[in-house]
Amino acid sequence: MKETRDSIQDIWGQRTGYEGDWPVRVDERIEEEPDHWVQSACVLCSNGCGMDIGVKDGRIVGVRGRAVDSVNHGRLGPKGLHGWVANNSQDRLTRPLIRRNGKLEEASWNEAMDLIVQKSKELVEKHTASSIGFYTSGQLFLEEYYALGIVGKAGLGTPHMDGNTRLCTATAAAALKVSFGSDGQPGSYSDLDTTEAILHVGHNIASQQTVLWMRVLDRLAGPNPPKLVVIDPRATYTAEKATVHLAPRVGTNVPVMNGILNLIIQAGQINQEYIEAHTVGFEELKQIVAKWTPERVEHLSGVPAAKLREAAHILGTCKTLVSTALQGVYQSMQATAAAVQVNNLHLLRGLLGHPGSGIYQMNGQPTAQNTRECGADGDLPGFRNWGNEDHIKELAALWNLHPDQIPHWAPPTHAMQIWRYCEQGSIKLLWISGTNPLVSLPDLDRARKIPAKEDLFVIVQDAFPTETTALADVVLPAAIWGEKTGCFTNVGRTVHISHKAIDPPGEARSDFDIFVDYSRRMDFRDQDGNSLLTSTWQTTEDAFNAWRECTRGRPCDYTGLSYAKLTGGSGIQWPCNEQYPDGKKHLYEDGVFNTNIDYCETYGHDLETGAARNQDDYKLIDPKGKAFLKGIDYEPPHEVPDKQYPLWLTTGRVVFHFHTRTKTGRSKALQEAAPDSYVQLSTEDAACYGIADGDMVEVVSRRGKVLEPARVGDIEPGLIFIPFHYGYWDKADRPRAVNELTLTEWDPVSKQPHYKYAAVHIRKVNA
Amino acid sequence: MQLPHYLGLLENSEKQLMEAFEYVADKHKDEPDIEQMCQKLSAWSREHHGRTQAFVAKYSEEKEDEPDKLKRELFAKKRKGSLALLRDLHDLWLLTQEVHLCWVVIRQAALGLRDEDLKACYEFCNARTQRQADWLLSRIKQAAPQTLLVAE
Ligand code: SF4
Repeated sequence: MKETRDSIQDIWGQRTGYEGDWPVRVDERIEEEPDHWVQSACVLCSNGCGMDIGVKDGRIVGVRGRAVDSVNHGRLGPKGLHGWVANNSQDRLTRPLIRRNGKLEEASWNEAMDLIVQKSKELVEKHTASSIGFYTSGQLFLEEYYALGIVGKAGLGTPHMDGNTRLCTATAAAALKVSFGSDGQPGSYSDLDTTEAILHVGHNIASQQTVLWMRVLDRLAGPNPPKLVVIDPRATYTAEKATVHLAPRVGTNVPVMNGILNLIIQAGQINQEYIEAHTVGFEELKQIVAKWTPERVEHLSGVPAAKLREAAHILGTCKTLVSTALQGVYQSMQATAAAVQVNNLHLLRGLLGHPGSGIYQMNGQPTAQNTRECGADGDLPGFRNWGNEDHIKELAALWNLHPDQIPHWAPPTHAMQIWRYCEQGSIKLLWISGTNPLVSLPDLDRARKIPAKEDLFVIVQDAFPTETTALADVVLPAAIWGEKTGCFTNVGRTVHISHKAIDPPGEARSDFDIFVDYSRRMDFRDQDGNSLLTSTWQTTEDAFNAWRECTRGRPCDYTGLSYAKLTGGSGIQWPCNEQYPDGKKHLYEDGVFNTNIDYCETYGHDLETGAARNQDDYKLIDPKGKAFLKGIDYEPPHEVPDKQYPLWLTTGRVVFHFHTRTKTGRSKALQEAAPDSYVQLSTEDAACYGIADGDMVEVVSRRGKVLEPARVGDIEPGLIFIPFHYGYWDKADRPRAVNELTLTEWDPVSKQPHYKYAAVHIRKVNA
Repeated sequence: MQLPHYLGLLENSEKQLMEAFEYVADKHKDEPDIEQMCQKLSAWSREHHGRTQAFVAKYSEEKEDEPDKLKRELFAKKRKGSLALLRDLHDLWLLTQEVHLCWVVIRQAALGLRDEDLKACYEFCNARTQRQADWLLSRIKQAAPQTLLVAE
């Protein structure tokens, strides 16, 4: 065993203070000396650190960071250094399973696929393709999503396609679309190398993207450190380093952001020229935020007026600024509206499209960007607009179909609605790939009943047995990262290739092979009677090349990329095409946004109700390349603490785990570092309830209850926190999944569920 | 002067709409977005109803029960199954049109009377009535294909 650093003890490693060029540090951890290294990138969060996989005798034996990679400059975090161990775990799924007489039994691929095809054909015949739904992930590869997108949207023609990305990054996409007309992060990580100020809103970057946080820490340790503003109700690792930490009450992001914008406008720190030349909606926004004086913000959010002023002063005077937002915004009330306020801050100050300034509407999962780009979720491939007939025609031409084959007659069905249709019985076949909804969905008691329904045929494609595979009718064993070749794109538009390093275990197949096989067996045809595009693909490279064509002329232009170009060096940012052969660091350099009526990805929504606007509505407001400044007033959360349920519950992550731990829980080191769930509560509340560290606490909401050991301190009184990673596949002796408690409701625009608040009561129980 | 007649009509329509949103929110609790949004939109109508009171008082009210009948007609049948949601949203949309039309008529009078307060009230309320209708239409479009083609 060799490791360059102990990332469990020292999560972020040694400081290399800097300003300008982030020094390289190669982090490596191997269990044996590899005979060769294979180029890849990490798939355990949206950062997408470039890494090499060490292989010996056909097994993965370790990883090292890629020094040349622009994302991480060689560094890796604890999940990256330890997560690969899961590939080798003994309990991988290796054969298809079919439920017979109530029990899952081993079957051949032929049997399993035949059954799926027979079921699909029957349903399409009897109930149309709208009786079939897909629920995918943020962890597959680009080629797999594109295959899935075509199979679902062109082959079957179902509008019911989404993924768990709805739970984690839907608001990122929605907020970017609202302001700029399309998805796509405007800046680059390199902006952090020189920026004067950083704002993190509801984004515990230190735990979520440890390597990106190393970059921030290194800036803080170097000359001219940036000022750091953190908005988070908890005293997280990130908050500890803040120049100013604002800890608003749950659900008050909008007032706090409105308050900051108001101060900046009042102080005349806005860029009037930029606003006039490149935005629409300033006067309305000004009116909305004008009501939010620091005192009013303090009254509602608990953030002291003086602190709000301090934060606004930093954000209003810095000459460059990088802002990030994540689940603290996205999974709260008024998610899209609050996220948009971060965009507004940059637009008002003209801090966009140049080095040192950028916005990250962060993603959670590693390949969520591709789920959105490739049409495996509610979006259309290449950021096309489902309300725009011409965009539908472009897709139809690419796939050689009649445009009406592609479902665009209604808004694409979002994840929670897909589950609702399953619950009601109008979706009769649900195909889940690469995710474990029975831990990650809200209100688990309700969710669990759905796959168990007699009239719903459930296919689950995964690498490991999970809470969800346990309820499936067919289980397909999937090959994962390291066992297949494909590309994926991190949150910063950086595309990486991940080469196949080893063979998958047993009969496991890649998601790509499974979708292509399904396409062939279903015998999907184009309008000339030839095989549908997916059925013609032999390799993932074929799919990648087809994908490039699909992106031509769109914001996410991949036409300049190829497997060859992505192999050997750093990841490359889209757009990458003739004009920008090496990719592009900043979007919107010229202040021209993707809002033109022919180009935009959406015609927008009413931010408050979510009502979709159509092309005719948009004609009246077509800003022709200007960005939208939009805002709304505060609306209180739908469930608030009361006598019976007096405390706020919020949820979040821990540094050592990813998602429902199907991978990280199988790494001994990560598992030992964070073996179990817990409830964090303030010293004041602990005293009031007579709870000490380690005591077992019962937490009850209107929907369910859990039992968690207590952890006291570092949180505001009145608020408790439980991490979301823990379910039952490895420990089923007590209710512990926090989603037993959470609410089924969602943001009206992004349709992302509100995980960040619920009212609960607690009591100490005897162990 | 027949303005009081229309103000009465408006006031009552807005009340019917408020109650109908409330009714649909409650009836379709299992659809979380319906429950939340209908409650919110019901609150909008409550506020509109409140705002019209001043003008009803100013121009003296004449009781109008036409909208009651309209609502009774619209939500007449006990609907069950997946069609129920679509039909209930459909009826809500019709009620918003009743409110909207009352406002169109009253606005003409407000212009003639040069009643700036009534005009301002129109601007505020009617814009939101439009947004209520927009939301309903969006949601109807979403529900329609599944309800008509697949659901039983
Ligand atoms: S920061 Fe994210 S991508 Fe990088 S090593 Fe850690 S988990 Fe992997």
